[in-house]
Amino acid sequence: MNVVWMIAAVMLAAAAWITMFRLLAGPGTLDRLVALDTLVAVAMCAVGTWAAYSRDSTVVYGIAALSLIAFVGSVSVTRFRVPDTETRGDRGRL
Amino acid sequence: MSAADIVSGVLVVGGSALALTAAIGIVRFRDTLSRMHSATKPQVLGLLLVLAGAAVRLRGHADVGIIVMCGMFTLITAPVVAQRVGQLAYREQAVRDDLLAVDELREDARGENR
Repeated sequence: MNVVWMIAAVMLAAAAWITMFRLLAGPGTLDRLVALDTLVAVAMCAVGTWAAYSRDSTVVYGIAALSLIAFVGSVSVTRFRVPDTETRGDRGRL
Repeated sequence: MSAADIVSGVLVVGGSALALTAAIGIVRFRDTLSRMHSATKPQVLGLLLVLAGAAVRLRGHADVGIIVMCGMFTLITAPVVAQRVGQLAYREQAVRDDLLAVDELREDARGENR
């Protein structure tokens, strides 16, 4: 059974690692925002995996907090960010 | 190792696999809308699978209700963010027009769809 949790952990770590590339490289702020949302989703999956592995339910509240705070953060970025068109000048075409 | 443990393991590994495929998609796809399409997999289906696996493992705990609530929060908040990001991406032309078969937003803007 340990192998199953190990596989899940390796896949989640690889997912976070690969997503980090788009977060750092993404040409526009929206790409970075999408990558950041995915990173938070992967983190929530990881916390859920830990809860399932350890049968420890105290971390479950962290998933609820992460889901709500990620929502507030993403909506704030889409509302208040500086558009890419102003910083690049070519209508933001990628 | 009971049957419930096996079900839980399959659910968690399935959710993790979805997270991995979404990460690959985010790096490989070309424009923001395609990346959003890939990003929704761990946000909704992957997370729900992992949470279901955790709920199966933690059955009988008082905190299973919190797990269900997490799933509901995700289902409620994900479409809002996706709608905002998609609208902004379209408005800033971070979309490859040649990949769109139908562009209803542009037709609406021209008033052809009324």
